[in-house]
Amino acid sequence: MHRRISEFIIESLIKFSGLLVIILVFLLFLFLLKDSLSLFGIYPLGKFLFGTHWLPISEPPKFGVIPLFLGSLYVTVGAIIICVPVGIASAMFIAEVAPKSLKHVLKSLVEILASIPSVVLGFIGIIWLGPVLRNLLGLNTGMCGLTGSLLLAFMALPTIISISEDAIVGVPRTYKEAAFGLGATRWQTLWRIILPSASSGIIAGVMLGIGRVIGETMVAMMVTGNSPVIPKSILQPLRTLTATIAGEMGEAVSGSEHYFALFAVGLVLFVIAFIINFIADAFLRRARK
Amino acid sequence: MSVGPKLALVVLVIFLVAGCGKQIDPNQPAGFIQIKGSDTIVNAVQKISEEFMKDYPYVFVAVTGGGSGVGIASLINKTCDVASASRQMKPKEIQIANQRGVFPKEFVVAYDGIAVIVNKDNPINKLTIGDLHKIYTGRATNWKEFGGKDLSIVTLSREVSSGTHMYFKEEVIQLGQKKSTEEFSAQTLLLTSSQAIVEEVVSNEAAIGYLGMGYVSERIKALLVAKDEQFYPPDVQNVIKKTYPLSRPLYFYTNGEPRDATKLFIDFALGPKGQQQFEETGFVPIGATIAQKNQ
Repeated sequence: MHRRISEFIIESLIKFSGLLVIILVFLLFLFLLKDSLSLFGIYPLGKFLFGTHWLPISEPPKFGVIPLFLGSLYVTVGAIIICVPVGIASAMFIAEVAPKSLKHVLKSLVEILASIPSVVLGFIGIIWLGPVLRNLLGLNTGMCGLTGSLLLAFMALPTIISISEDAIVGVPRTYKEAAFGLGATRWQTLWRIILPSASSGIIAGVMLGIGRVIGETMVAMMVTGNSPVIPKSILQPLRTLTATIAGEMGEAVSGSEHYFALFAVGLVLFVIAFIINFIADAFLRRARK
Repeated sequence: MSVGPKLALVVLVIFLVAGCGKQIDPNQPAGFIQIKGSDTIVNAVQKISEEFMKDYPYVFVAVTGGGSGVGIASLINKTCDVASASRQMKPKEIQIANQRGVFPKEFVVAYDGIAVIVNKDNPINKLTIGDLHKIYTGRATNWKEFGGKDLSIVTLSREVSSGTHMYFKEEVIQLGQKKSTEEFSAQTLLLTSSQAIVEEVVSNEAAIGYLGMGYVSERIKALLVAKDEQFYPPDVQNVIKKTYPLSRPLYFYTNGEPRDATKLFIDFALGPKGQQQFEETGFVPIGATIAQKNQ
C-alpha cells in the first residue's frame, strides 16, 4: 500500500514535469503572438513581412524584416556549408577510424569546444578573425557575414559531431561484419553501408546544429557589422534577426511600436526554429524505427 | 570530522561574524542607486560612483551602459533611479513617461565633443561637416575623393540605442534640419559599443567612426572638423568655446525631484569631486554658472 502511494506520487510528478514543459512552450508562443499581433494593429503585416528597410527610430519608422531575414539566412547557410562536411567527417573519424586512445581525447576535446562561451568567440572574431579575413580576402572590413558564419560553424560543430557520432556507433555491428564478409574495404563499408544507415541520426544532428546557428545572438551581434542592408554577398556586413532583438530591446519603451516590432521579429525566429526542430524530430523518429 | 572541514567551518564562522561587525550606522545615508544609460559616459559615471561610495559607504551604486535610449527607456519603465544620456529626451518620450506617472527632471552634468576618428595610417587630417554628410549618407564612397588613398570608405556607427548615434544623425546626416528624412547609408556598420568602434578603426585603414571625446587615444587619429571654413580639433578648449562643431551637453535624468540617496549622488556628480572625474575621463566639466543654474 505504502509503495503504491509513493509510486503514484512519483508518477504524477513526472507527468507534471512533462506537461509543464509543453504548457510553457505553448504560453511562450502565445505571449510572442499576442505582442506581435499588437504591432499589426498599428503597422501593416505586409509591410513588415515584405518591407526592405529596417529603420526603427526614424520618423516614420520602417519595420521591414526582409534584410534581417536575409542576413540570418546568409550567415546560417554559410555556417552550414562550413560545418556540415567538417562535422560529419570528424564524427566518422572519431567513431570508426581513430584508435581507441585518440578517440577518448577527441571526444573530450569536442565537449570542451561546446563549453566555450559565445562572447569569447565573438571577441576572438573582432580582434583576430575579422582582421585576418580582411587581409586574406582583400575586403573592406572584416566585420561581415563570413566571419559570423565561420564562428557559428565552430559553435555548431560539437552538436553535429556528438549526435552524428552516436548515430554512427549505433549502426548494428552485423552490417559491418556482413560488408567485410563480402570483401568490402574499410572505406567502402564506412561510405556505402554505415553512413547511409546512420543518415537519419546524422541529419537530425545537422538540423539541431542549424537550430543553434540561427538562434545564436552574441557572436552575430559582435562580428557581422549589423548593417540592415539587403546583402548581396556573404562578404558584406549584414544584420541578423537575433542581433536586432538583442541590440534594440534595451532602448525600446515597452508598449511602443518598436517594442512590438521586436516581438514580431522574435516570432519569425520562433517559427523558423520550430520548423527546423520539427524536421529534425521527424528524422530522429525515422532513425529510431 | 577531519581537519579540512573543521578549518573550513571556522573560516566560515569568522566571515559571518566579520560581516556582522559592519552594521549600518543609522546617522549615515544608506540606499541603493541604479544608474543606466549612455555608453559615452559610462566610464566617467563608474568613476564618480566609486568616489561617491568612498564618501557614503552605505549607499551602493550600480552603473550599466547600453546607450542613452536604454537609460531613458528604463527610466520610463521605472527600472532605474538615474538615467544618463548623451542626448535630450524627445518630446514623445516625455509624453509616454508622463502617461506612466514618470516626470523626468533634467540635469546637465558635463559637455562632450564628438570626435571623428580614422586609422593612424590614413593621410586625411580634416573633414568638413559636409564631407562627413556625404560619407555617412553613402554619396562619397572612396577616400580618394578627399585626397586620401584609393580605398572604399568603411563607415562605422553606434547602434540605434546610442545617444551619440541620434546626435550624429541630427547634426550630420540631416544637417540639423528637423524635417529631413535622410538616413545613415544602409552599408554603415552598426557596432554595439564605442570600444568596438575603436578596435575596428585601429585595425582597418579604410574605416571612419565617431564617438565621445573620452574615447580618443593614442591608437587612433581624431580628425579636425569644420562647419564652414575653420577647422578645429575636438578638445576641451574648443568645446567650451563652442568652436568645435560637434559638441553637446550630457545629461542625467531622474523621476521627479531627486530625493535621499539619489539627490546626494546628483549633488556629488555636479560638485567639484564629480566634475573632476568627468574632466579626468576626457569630458568638459560644466562651468560654475551652469552648476548654479542647475541648483
